[in-house]
Amino acid sequence: MLIFEHSKPGRRAQAQAPSADKPAGIPEKLLRKRKPRLPEVSEMQAVRHYTRLSQKNFSIDTQFYPLGSCTMKYNPRACNSLAMLPGLINRHPLAPDTHSQGFMSAMHELQEILKEVTGMSAVSLAPMAGAQGEFSGIAMIRAYHDARNDTGRTEILVPDAAHGTNPATAVMCGYKAREIPTKADGDVDMDALQDALGPQTAGIMLTNPSTLGVFERRIKEIADRVHGAGGLLYYDGANLNAILGRVRPGDMGFDVIHMNLHKTFSTPHGGGGPGAGPVGVSERLLPFLPIPMVGTDGRDFHWLTEEQCPQSIGRLSAFAGNAGVLLRAYVYAKMLGAEGMHRVADYSTLNANYMLKRLMDAGFTAAYPERRATHEFIITLKKEAKELGVNAMDFAKRLLDYGMHAPTTYFPLLVPECFLIEPTETEARESLDAFVDAMIQIREEAKTDAEKLKGAPYSLPVRRLDDVRAARELDLHWQPGEDQA
Amino acid sequence: MPFIPHTDKEVRQMLDVIGAESIDDLFDEIPDALRCGSLESLGDGLWEQEISTLMQEKAREDGQPLCFIGAGAYDHHIPAAVWQLATRGEYYTAYTPYQAEASQGTLQLLYEYQSMMTELMAMDVSNASLYDGASALAEAVLMAVRANRKSKSRRILIPRALHPHYRATVHTLVKNQGIELVEVAYDDKTGQTSLDDLNRHKGGDFAALVIPQPNFFGVLEDVDVLAGWAQANGMLSIAVVNPLAMALLTPPGEWGPQGVDICCGEGQPLGAPLSSGGPYFGFMCCSQKLVRQMPGRIIGRTVDLDGREGFALTLQAREQHIRRSKATSNICTNQGLMVTAATIHMSLMGAEGLSRIARRCHGNLQLLVGKLTGLGEIEPRFSGSVFHEAVLTLPMETRQVLRTLAAHNVLGGFDLATHYPELGNALLICATENRSGNDMDKYRLKMEQVLASRRQGACATMAKFD
Repeated sequence: MLIFEHSKPGRRAQAQAPSADKPAGIPEKLLRKRKPRLPEVSEMQAVRHYTRLSQKNFSIDTQFYPLGSCTMKYNPRACNSLAMLPGLINRHPLAPDTHSQGFMSAMHELQEILKEVTGMSAVSLAPMAGAQGEFSGIAMIRAYHDARNDTGRTEILVPDAAHGTNPATAVMCGYKAREIPTKADGDVDMDALQDALGPQTAGIMLTNPSTLGVFERRIKEIADRVHGAGGLLYYDGANLNAILGRVRPGDMGFDVIHMNLHKTFSTPHGGGGPGAGPVGVSERLLPFLPIPMVGTDGRDFHWLTEEQCPQSIGRLSAFAGNAGVLLRAYVYAKMLGAEGMHRVADYSTLNANYMLKRLMDAGFTAAYPERRATHEFIITLKKEAKELGVNAMDFAKRLLDYGMHAPTTYFPLLVPECFLIEPTETEARESLDAFVDAMIQIREEAKTDAEKLKGAPYSLPVRRLDDVRAARELDLHWQPGEDQA
Repeated sequence: MPFIPHTDKEVRQMLDVIGAESIDDLFDEIPDALRCGSLESLGDGLWEQEISTLMQEKAREDGQPLCFIGAGAYDHHIPAAVWQLATRGEYYTAYTPYQAEASQGTLQLLYEYQSMMTELMAMDVSNASLYDGASALAEAVLMAVRANRKSKSRRILIPRALHPHYRATVHTLVKNQGIELVEVAYDDKTGQTSLDDLNRHKGGDFAALVIPQPNFFGVLEDVDVLAGWAQANGMLSIAVVNPLAMALLTPPGEWGPQGVDICCGEGQPLGAPLSSGGPYFGFMCCSQKLVRQMPGRIIGRTVDLDGREGFALTLQAREQHIRRSKATSNICTNQGLMVTAATIHMSLMGAEGLSRIARRCHGNLQLLVGKLTGLGEIEPRFSGSVFHEAVLTLPMETRQVLRTLAAHNVLGGFDLATHYPELGNALLICATENRSGNDMDKYRLKMEQVLASRRQGACATMAKFD
């Protein structure tokens, strides 16, 4: 039932708005003639409706959520309550420096922490999500080449296993995205890379560990070759959780990186954001960082904007990015400290390798059986699809019935019938075992009754949805009057 | 170990299953030369009490000044229920609803949000959010360039009376695609976008005209004329509006003869706290014929295998995870939680509640302007009617005035000197429903003292003594 269907003309949540006069200073012709048909409900009706709706969601707080490449780890409650302290949450973005030292000191320290864990020379917190971090990174690479009058570089190289945001970002920055194939062992095909490199190469976008869940072992060689061709290296931080405190992108030779704080630094995913996608750079890209950033004279903090950063690629939002998300990441980083940071990589890697081994022992097929899992790994259900007639999507939907969110399915596109599984460091062994056991049981079900699996899930508020109809017969909003029909 | 559940015994057992000696062994594919040291500069982790104390100190340091700054971020009352519900773990810790059956809560809520936004804006369709108002405008500009097939120019008309940070953001995000922003002047008397200046571009090839309502000066634009002008000149129209104001003012879908093609803006006034500028959310609506050009997530209503109503992500062929380099945008994660808050906010407020808040803001601004201009030396800069912000002309340097007021814990407004030097000593003020009569009296009193000490030529001394 939609909130609109609880609505009655004239009913209101009376406590939520003051009395008000007619708008004396606004000409009649600019005033709205017909009121928008928003819900008319009591406060309790709204609270009950949205409480009940929430109960139709799987979430980290309620279920194991091993969604590969999304790092669905526990979001500490302290991060939320401390970021919502009145002095922080009521601070206006344009408040003067005299009323901003507390906030700015936290942002400055976060910049320093992120520099240290990534091995980069400087960090800007401005990008509002990973894709905006990517945009900033590639825009900086472009600004760098332009500043050197090196304008013949028109291509960004992207491995075929990359996230879809990578090629989309290259295009947004005015580049052509050129795909590089991956070898059977999961590493980049060096011969193909060599063939693709040339005076037209602006740079390469890499995720390491890659979206295939394996560490790109020849990263140094890739860096040398790309740099040798005059290109720069962009690090997509989607999988930073795998190496946090173990390996630093700066040491691998990357010139620019973004981090997904809603992944690695445990800020909430919020049903699809808000994220935060800070960018870090090596010395040569430093002048181009997006603004604003926080600077200090050693005592007080101040904003760095156009004036101090004339070569900056510019502003990415009206104010200073997703500040509240940054505060949550700051609290998280402070709680972890140096020790806690490297435990992230250690235990996320332990959990992934344990799950992979158990699944392999149970007869499931690893996509890269000869390789170590990083913080995530891929299994392919190609064999099950062929022998039992149930595909990865059937397994995924049935897992929901077992009370677990499905892993990422059908991504990366290279591996057929795949699951990309990321347990994260915050899951106890019991959850991992329960997942493996569920997979074994689902396979047994497939052997006896494949049709049943194709109808899953059965225990959720809805069964499989008709996506084709959703796209063909577009119904994108409630129509007034339809609930009376 | 914070947030890690493993016991030593379990670690040993898990390593045994893997067949590894130690956790270190699990990193054996990483070349030794790449392993980093201990990150000592980060120091020891703090336990919850210590970090609480630290954060409370920082929060206290920033004080709780009396704020009359608007300029794109507005201090509104948010019903208690909004964030209590939005921070429920089921909303707070879910992700993009890829598994629709396990995400019906988020999906239905987003569908309701789309329904509310199309009603509020009187537009055909809405997406499920972008990052913020400024970046939403950049996406609208890119969309207009894609959609306006009649235009070859990749040029956009953008008013100087639009938020300067929005103009800067759009420039950053579209310049690499060869899109040019051409500025339209404002009328020096009214503060509205100048029709005379606009007419200089009559017959020119532009993909779209951007129309703010209200504009950055708080001034209300003659939107029917502007939307009509765009249409008559073969351009798409992009509205940038304050969503709260739309409870009171003619919505973009009804501007001019046919309504605008795209509308977008900052969703912050709908339930997002000021929070130093974010997270907020950008909204975007458009006409039905442009829906396949729209960036971002879109939710559709459909049915399940049993014919039951349900909700799912739809039109995904526009998006980066399917279309890759040919996607309408690179956006992936957006501002879901802020939209959750906004949807609950709009449900609690209803049209009447939003309209009352909008009227209260407008009334308070009128009051504040009256109090300050009543001091004698302060004048309204523009004659155009305003919503809840206005530009005042001061008899002395704005920066100086603001600094002194801030020393009294009053944030007096936004100094226009940097972005609009041509306006002289101009100050953009805002009064929302959260500013009481007492608050405004305090502001008036402090301003009176600033002006008085200037008359005595002792302004600087006064600041020092505070």
